[in-house]
Amino acid sequence: MLHEPANRDTAPDSAAGYKSRLGLILFFVYAAMYAGFVVINLTTPAMMEITVLWGINLAVVYGLALILAAFGLALAYDSLCRKREEGR
Amino acid sequence: MVTAIFLAFVAFIVGLSVQLGRKTKTSSGYYAAGGQIHWFVNGIAFAGDYLSAASFLGICGLIATQGYDGFLYSIGYLAGWVVALFVIAEPLRRLGRYTFADAVDAQFNSKGIQLAAAISTLVVSLCYLIPQMVGAGVLVEPLLGMPHHWGVIMVGGIVMVIVATAGMASTTYVQFLKGGLLIIFSLVLVVAVCWRGLSTSPDQGGAVPFHRHGSITLIVDDKKNITGTTEGSTASEFATTASGEKFVKLQKEGVSRWWRVDMSDGGLPSARETESVVKEAGGARLVNGMPEGPLNKIRQVGSLASIAGNPDCATGPVSPVGLIAAIGSPETKVTRWKESRFTDAEGSAVTVYHPSETDGSRLLRPGMRFKVQGTWLERLDFASLMLGLFLGTAALPHILIRYYTVPGAKEARKSTIVAIAAIGAFYVLTLFMGLGAMTSGVLNPADSNMAAPLLARSFGDLLFAFISAIAFATVLGTVSGLVVAASGAVAHDLADRYLALALSDSSKIMLGKGAALGVGAVGIALGIVFKGMNVTFLVGLAFAVAGSANLPAIIMILFWPRVTSAGIIASITVGMISSLGLIALCPDMWGLYGLPPSQAPVPFSNPGIVSIPLSFITLVMVSLASTKSAQST
Repeated sequence: MLHEPANRDTAPDSAAGYKSRLGLILFFVYAAMYAGFVVINLTTPAMMEITVLWGINLAVVYGLALILAAFGLALAYDSLCRKREEGR
Repeated sequence: MVTAIFLAFVAFIVGLSVQLGRKTKTSSGYYAAGGQIHWFVNGIAFAGDYLSAASFLGICGLIATQGYDGFLYSIGYLAGWVVALFVIAEPLRRLGRYTFADAVDAQFNSKGIQLAAAISTLVVSLCYLIPQMVGAGVLVEPLLGMPHHWGVIMVGGIVMVIVATAGMASTTYVQFLKGGLLIIFSLVLVVAVCWRGLSTSPDQGGAVPFHRHGSITLIVDDKKNITGTTEGSTASEFATTASGEKFVKLQKEGVSRWWRVDMSDGGLPSARETESVVKEAGGARLVNGMPEGPLNKIRQVGSLASIAGNPDCATGPVSPVGLIAAIGSPETKVTRWKESRFTDAEGSAVTVYHPSETDGSRLLRPGMRFKVQGTWLERLDFASLMLGLFLGTAALPHILIRYYTVPGAKEARKSTIVAIAAIGAFYVLTLFMGLGAMTSGVLNPADSNMAAPLLARSFGDLLFAFISAIAFATVLGTVSGLVVAASGAVAHDLADRYLALALSDSSKIMLGKGAALGVGAVGIALGIVFKGMNVTFLVGLAFAVAGSANLPAIIMILFWPRVTSAGIIASITVGMISSLGLIALCPDMWGLYGLPPSQAPVPFSNPGIVSIPLSFITLVMVSLASTKSAQST
């Protein structure tokens, strides 16, 4: 208990490598979307005022899309991970 | 009713804690709830941990006063969970057992890492603890009529009881309840806002008559001096603030009030009605020229001057999309409130809250708070904030320890997805709650943190009582999680692992509970000391420190096989010191020290864009150097 390494989750997981790669790919996809949001705000902030959908401007649509995209990508990630874990 | 519901809620939470405490027999049970929490419960508890006072009170208040810039925090806070899910969750769960230090030390068993990680956990937890305690005081003052410091002491005391009785299991179920209720009642509030719709004369459902702060024409003499108004008031005193705003004290029928002077091109100047508070040298307070009392307080404000070009209309029930479209229309004008301070001729401190109209389309895009069209340094500050929010979440100690409360890595992933759904839903709701508060005539211009509870009160005492009790539980829950994380750093990382004290399992639990009491006491003291500081600013500080000190170490351990213990220690140390140092020397802190912010040595307030890359570079360079050194010997 004193000097030993911390306990690990020792259950074998043959899908670990796949999940790790998939996670990184999805992370970079989302990071690109997030970076696009920041860059538009820094370079052409007036563009954020443009009405794009149902009377709502780009700032609100892009912001809500980032929140929804996080959930959508999370579901996709879980679905793909489960398929691999179940050997399908 | 507020008091009764609040007390019932607190009694229930403490009762639950005591009940769960009877089942906590091992250190694993105390620090990680035995690793037996269901992933769905843990996911909602994640939301409970994460949706702190800054999220519920701070973001709603910021949106209500600064528009879209407040929503930027919602976007950034949620984006951070993507890092947590895709990069951290499963690998981290496989590495450790209780704490952040366990995880980064898993493959090294290094005393240096144990010490650095424990100190980092303590520093980040305390940075995050301060705004929660300050938020508790802010909340209790108007709700229960107690002074700020009693609110802080009460929260600290209750949390110490909760944590000392049951640790992580109790904290988890408190967070589960709080997180679930917060989302449900926020949804109720948003439905109520949309059902009531928008009006240019919001009267809180008929409960509070709307007061329009109008203008009057000023009279100017031959020497262009303002002497009075066309309505018979006389000008008795003038003041100009550092930012150039001019105010005139107008006297009529024995009452003197401060008005803002609006100069016009060619025509006569006018004066705009304000809300003012004068603190006299003897301690008396005048509100709008009369002694402050139950019937004479600052008015609630916040309204639309026109909706799509119409200065006198009401929409009736609107859809959520319709609400945003109406407020964001280029023809809609929103009346916003600004605070100005000066000292009058008698030496009294004067605070004036004064209105101005802003285009709705301008308010619903970034720029009111963050100067995205300013200098390159101001733009850098914005980019730095967004980077800190993105990378800070996955490195917060009280979030990291929650990965160990579930049985395995797959459950860690599932609970993170539940957390993203719950937190994302809440952050979408913050936009509607904030805009609702902005336009419903409910804002207290002296304290934006109360925007969401005051919006709830405009729909009746019952909703106000529930929202207030949940807001208080929000503070309780987040503080509980932070105290568990910090006590784990002291008892597990420092005493057990770093100092290698030969403690029995029950002694470790006792030490953890003792540490929880100590950390809670420090949190109470800091919450009182930091009264009046901006809650959101302090939370941003904690994110920046966590992202700088902890994240590079976690990421590189998971993905870079050449990392060394020396690299980890250097990265944590450099990340922590550089982020804290940059914050201590930034313009915001310079202002808090009472010095001119423009003279601050560091010209931006968010350190992440410097300290996070610096921490990564340090880790890589020291790891490479220490590997070479080991090979050459």
